[in-house]
This record gives sequence, C-alpha cells and structure tokens, in this order.
Amino acid sequence: MTAFLLRRFALILPTLFFVSVLIFGLQQLLPGDPAQAMAGEDQDPAVIAFLRQKYHLDQPLPLRYWYWVEGIAHGDFGESIRIKRPVRDLILEKLPVTAELAGLAMLVALAIGIPAGIIAAVKQDTAIDYGATMAALWGLSIPNFWLGILMILLFSVTLGWLPASGFVTPAESLKQNLLTLIMPAFVLGNAIAAVMMRHTRSAMLQVLSADYVRTARAKGLSQASVILRHALRNALIPVVTLGALEFGGLLSGAVLTEQVFTIPGFGKLIVDAVFNRDYAVVQGVVLCTAFAYIMLNLFADIAYALINPRLRV
Amino acid sequence: MTTRRILAAATLLGFALLAGTALAQTTLRIGLAEDPDILDPTLARTFVGRIVFAAMCDKLVDISPGLEVVPQLATEWHWVDDNKGLLMTLRRGVTFQDGEKMDAAAVKFSLERHLTMPGSNRKAEISALKSVEIVDDHTVKLVLDKPFAPLLAQLTDRAGMIVSPKAAEAAGDKFGEHLVCAGPFKFTERVAQDRIVLDRFADYWNKDTIHFDRVTFLPIPDTTVRLANLQSGQLDLIERLAATDLDAAGKDSRLKVAAITSLAYADILINTNNGERSKNPLGQDKRVREALELSIDREALNQVVFNGQFTPGNQWEAPSSPWYVKSMPIPPRDVAKAKALLAAAGVPHLSFTMMVPNTTDQLSAAQVIQSMAAEAGFDIKIQATEFASSIDLAQKGEFEAYQIDWSGRTDPDGNLYNFVSCKAPPALNSSRYCNQDVDAELDAERVGGTVDERMAHFAKIAAITLVDRPLIYLWHLKWVYAMSNKLTGFTAYPDGLIRPQGIAMK
Repeated sequence: MTAFLLRRFALILPTLFFVSVLIFGLQQLLPGDPAQAMAGEDQDPAVIAFLRQKYHLDQPLPLRYWYWVEGIAHGDFGESIRIKRPVRDLILEKLPVTAELAGLAMLVALAIGIPAGIIAAVKQDTAIDYGATMAALWGLSIPNFWLGILMILLFSVTLGWLPASGFVTPAESLKQNLLTLIMPAFVLGNAIAAVMMRHTRSAMLQVLSADYVRTARAKGLSQASVILRHALRNALIPVVTLGALEFGGLLSGAVLTEQVFTIPGFGKLIVDAVFNRDYAVVQGVVLCTAFAYIMLNLFADIAYALINPRLRV
Repeated sequence: MTTRRILAAATLLGFALLAGTALAQTTLRIGLAEDPDILDPTLARTFVGRIVFAAMCDKLVDISPGLEVVPQLATEWHWVDDNKGLLMTLRRGVTFQDGEKMDAAAVKFSLERHLTMPGSNRKAEISALKSVEIVDDHTVKLVLDKPFAPLLAQLTDRAGMIVSPKAAEAAGDKFGEHLVCAGPFKFTERVAQDRIVLDRFADYWNKDTIHFDRVTFLPIPDTTVRLANLQSGQLDLIERLAATDLDAAGKDSRLKVAAITSLAYADILINTNNGERSKNPLGQDKRVREALELSIDREALNQVVFNGQFTPGNQWEAPSSPWYVKSMPIPPRDVAKAKALLAAAGVPHLSFTMMVPNTTDQLSAAQVIQSMAAEAGFDIKIQATEFASSIDLAQKGEFEAYQIDWSGRTDPDGNLYNFVSCKAPPALNSSRYCNQDVDAELDAERVGGTVDERMAHFAKIAAITLVDRPLIYLWHLKWVYAMSNKLTGFTAYPDGLIRPQGIAMK
C-alpha cells in the first residue's frame, strides 16, 4: 500500500507541470490581445501600453511562463487584469461556493442514482426497470440550462417557493443558502444521477449473477441482506471511480448552471475571465481545478484499493 | 389555551413577516447585465460600472433626459479666455463619504489623478486639459491647450467624478476596492460576480431625494433569469430588458417598463483606406457603398430583429437628438437604384466579407442585411468573430466591412470625431478614412459656441461623410428597463445610467 501511495504521489508534480505548460500554451492560441480587450472601446494607446507592461504581455512567452510559475511557488497567482484583485483571493472566494454546490449535486446524484440503479437491476426487464432507464435517458439528454430556466419559471416565478437565482453564504443564513442551491444542485445532480443509475444497474446485474451471491441466497439470507450487504459493496467499486471523476468535473465549475442561477463560483469566474482575456484568472482557476482533479483521482485510487485488496499490489 | 397560543404565535409571525417586508423595502435591488470592472472612476471602463458609480459618485455636472448639461457638484460654469478656460463654481457644504470636505483642492486632485495615473482610462477623454487652477475654495479654472467644447460633456461622466483625496492617496491603486466619493450611497461590500452593496450616505448634500437605506446591485447576465428575478420579487429594477422579453414584462401586472433612445448606435464600418483589404470596389467606390445602404430597409431590420424596439438611424445621432442633421433624413430602401449604382460601378454582383461580433442580436441583424443586400446584387459572407478578436482584426485592417456598436457619448463630437478624423486614434478610425474638409469642420465645432453654430459645422460634416460613407449607420439602441410597479420616480436617461435620486417604493 505504501509503495502504491508513493507511486501515486510521485506522479502529482510532473502532472501539474505538464498541465501548467498546457494551460499557459493553449491560452496563447486565443485570438485577441488582452490589453486591447481591457482597453474597451476607447482603445487608448497609452492604456494599452501600460497594461502590456504591467502584466508582462510585452515579454517573451517563456519569460512570462517563468514569472507565473515563480509567483505560484510563492503563493502568488497573479492579479486579475479586469477587477485588479489577486487571483488567489478570487479562487479562495469562489472555491467554497463551487465545492458546496458540487457536494450538494453529488448528494442529489447519489440519492437518486444508486437506489434507482439497484431497483432497476433487481427488477430487471420489468416496467420499473424500463421506467428507471427512461428517466435516466431523460436526465442525460435534457440540457442543464433549459431545465434550469424551466425550474426557475415554475418554482420562482409561478409558485414563488424558491429564489430565482443568486447565492447566500451559509454564514449569512443557512436556510437561504440551501434555498438558493436546491435548484442548481438538482439540475447538476440530475444528469450525474442518470449516469450513476446506469453504472450501478449494470454493475449490480453482473454481481447478482455471481456464485457468492447465489451461495448467500442458498444460505437463506434475506433479499435485502443479499443485495445491500453482499452485492452492493462489490457493485459500488466502479461507481466510486465514476463519482470521483464526476465530482472533479463539478469542481471545475458548472459553467452553464452557474451562469443560469448566477452562482458566483468557478464556472462564472472562468467564463468572464475567458471573454475578457483575463489570463491570470483562467490559468489560476484551471490549475486549481486540475490539482483538485488529480487529488480526487488519487482518493478514488486509494478507495478502490481499500475496497478491493487485489489492486494494492 | 392551546388555540390562543397558536393564534398568538401566528400573529407574531405575521408581524415578523410584515416587518421583514418593510425592512426589505428600504433596499433597492437592481439587476445588472454584467459584473462591473474595478470601481475606480479613473480606471474603470464598463457600462455597468457607470451605473454603480451613479449611486456612489456625483460629478461636476450631469445631463438632463433631454441631454442638457445641468449642475451637480458645480453650480455654475462659463467659458473664459477665448474658450481656453472653463471657470466652475462648486457647491458649498458638500462632504465626501469619509467626512472630508469637497472643495476646489479635491477637484484639482481628482482631475489631475485622471490625467496622470498610469493606466487611466480618462486621460484621453480630457487630454485637452492642461492644468487646473484653484481660484478660491469653491472656484476652479480648467485651463485648456486649445478650445475644446466637448470637455463639459466629458465632465458629466466618470471624468467629472470627484473623489476624496485623502482616501485615494491612502489606498493608492487599491482605491477601487473601497471607493470614497460625494454621492448618495457609500461603498459597503463587493463579492465579485455576486453583488455590490452600497449604504445610504447620511450627509449627502441632496439627501432629501434619496428614499432607500441601501442599494444592492446583482449582476445576472442571462436576460430571462434577470426578468424571472424581477417577476418573483427578488429584484425591484432591471436594466437592458431583452426585446424578446418585452411582451412578457408588458403583460405582467406586477411590472412596468420604461425605455429611452440611447446615445449608442450600430453601424457598418467599411475599410476604405486600411491596407490591402480596402483595395476592392466596396472600399474604393462610394457608389458601391451607396448601393449597399440603399439595399437596406432599416425599419424592417428593426422590426424583424428587435421587435421594433430600437430606433432606425442614418447618423451618429438619433433622429430624436437635438444634434441630428434634419436636412439628411434616413434614405428609403431603393433596390432598383442600388442595382443601377452597382452596374455603373462595373460590379453588378459583388461579394465581400462582413465581420460581425458573435452576439445574437448582431448576428441576426447581419443575416437580415445579408438577405436584403442579396436582392441588390451583393453576396455578403458573414464572419462571426469574438469581440476582442474583432477589435484586433479591425485595427490591423484585416476586414472589408465590420458591423459594430458604439456605446455613445453625450456630446456629438464623441460619436463622430474618432471615426472620421484624419487625426483620430488609429485604433478607432479602423477604416483610416481621412478628408481634410471634414477635419477642418471638426476642428471648428470643437472651438465651441452656441448649439446653432456647432450644428452648422455638423451639417457640413454630414454632407460629406454621409455621401462618402466610411460608416453606414443602422440603428440606435434603446435602454429598456423593467421594474416593480410599486417603484416610483424612476427616470430613463439617454446615457442609460440609473440615477437613484427620486426613486421610491410605494
């Protein structure tokens, strides 16, 4: 297990280095000059020259990369060219918002996806199975932004039960915080629940036909005990990996959902940053997301190894 | 007994809810279409930022809905020294939100800050200003290199905002994180992309016009969601209601709508003189450009794309503006004449590329123009380009035609000079149009004088540029607001700003 962990940890730094080069390089392919984008429609040459100099945009690319990496080593992710605030502060401000939304969305996904997958597998080829499969297909195919707007029109405008958009921190009001996140968490969780349901169903079907399950049944164990204690534990192994990947995806910012519900998280931050050529923000957020993704994959590997000892060697 | 307790609890709850409602009504909640950039009037550049400033920072002078310059922090002004000096008398008894006195020294500090601060977005707007002289505590003289009539109009916007010297000096380039001005609301909190909260400034000089304790600005980019927030009662007022949402807002008995023709306009900029891409019949032959204009039905364009909400136009000023040159009205569509002009130019069928920023409205309009122009013999290829990239390409001359918006300025000079003058910044006159007669008239209108005197120069400029057509003006945007029908006292202004003075909740 130790060797396994060491191997995984050793890969983190080279992966981050590769990701940083990729982020930095790809961003340079974007057409348009950030200084021009920031100078607005007046395009004052003095302002453009000042911005180029202040943000090292007049320096060669390798040197700019070096400045960036050197800054990160000192905890400085640069400054937003648009709102003139340190990128680190913006990340620290937005990360908890996105993390909370991602966590709630995962809860929704797990609460719907896993039970639906189990029931569909146990009731294979029945109306319940078909119904669950159709619901999953619906969840996968419905665009997030469209579902979001429909929910706003129903629950906010027509019924007046939930706030249409915005965000309140738990410290300000836990109740308001949850009320503002119910709809976006459902919209995001709904799509993931569909994937979870499909994976849980197929994994369960595989496990339910295994010898040890038949043995458990032969021993006279109850249906619930066979399914929940014996079958589900093994069936969940692929679902854990899937969950980690989906959670990583959510942490990178649910771009459309955050836009529709005006949630001030990573998604909104990165969209605005890309359109404004706010390089430092894009780089900082993507690097942070990549790091979260790597760590979640690592945790998934560890969880996988804990559940299935054969993978530890 | 139990029933009594329940009743008592219900009554208390009712009172609590009513109290909550009453408290909520001391806050004005405004939905913005974007998140503003830095809240420092010297460095800021976004339109939504100007809306926030309108609640925080009073200016030397303001505009009326009819575009006249009216007093704000300055009560009187007049031109001196052959229009090379502007003498301004300041309002007495005005304090900044940090308690400091607003006086001539503060005006000098603020204007000099606009002129000298690195990265200042105001420097170009008031570059004619050579120095600021303090005549006495409440009088300043703005000294100019040469007469520049548009200066007064510049002072109705961010360039005229006066900031607290003490707070600005202490904060340095971080002033935008805690701006201190002399407006009705003071800065309280900003959460990027979420909200900007301002609280009432108790010592505001015009405090009787302020009826809210707090203003909260909430950036909500999606127009449908912005309207949904208004309909569900989470907002009191939203700006830039989409033309497609106008019906829904109009039918909702809880809401009302206000609109005004803005200073902004959309046009097709034609590359007449900027590199290789100008060397084609569209760039070189004004008959071809006239044919293009004649192929467009502006009213139909307005109806199809904007539900008739915008104002068709053929000049840098809207037909409703006092600066509109009435002798040159919108030419009606005339396909036969357009075809004849193309034939005379020797290009009965002409293909060219039109660069268009990839926003829904602009692209829809481009498609309608493409279809109209095709009837006259034009084959327009639409090149949808992301905005920042389109600016870059236009400056480099890598375009033949470019459909674009200009956000508009109060003084007509600001809507014209930078696009047609030989001396204009190359970044704005992307077509590199240059005509010495136009320049002579532009120089003359800048000297100042009465409205009629300046209008005579604008009429001569119109007679040349509307025939040469380096730009074909298309429409003037309207600022459309939707608000709770309990809101009273809101006035729409052509600059699109939301002035909190007078707004109240019934």
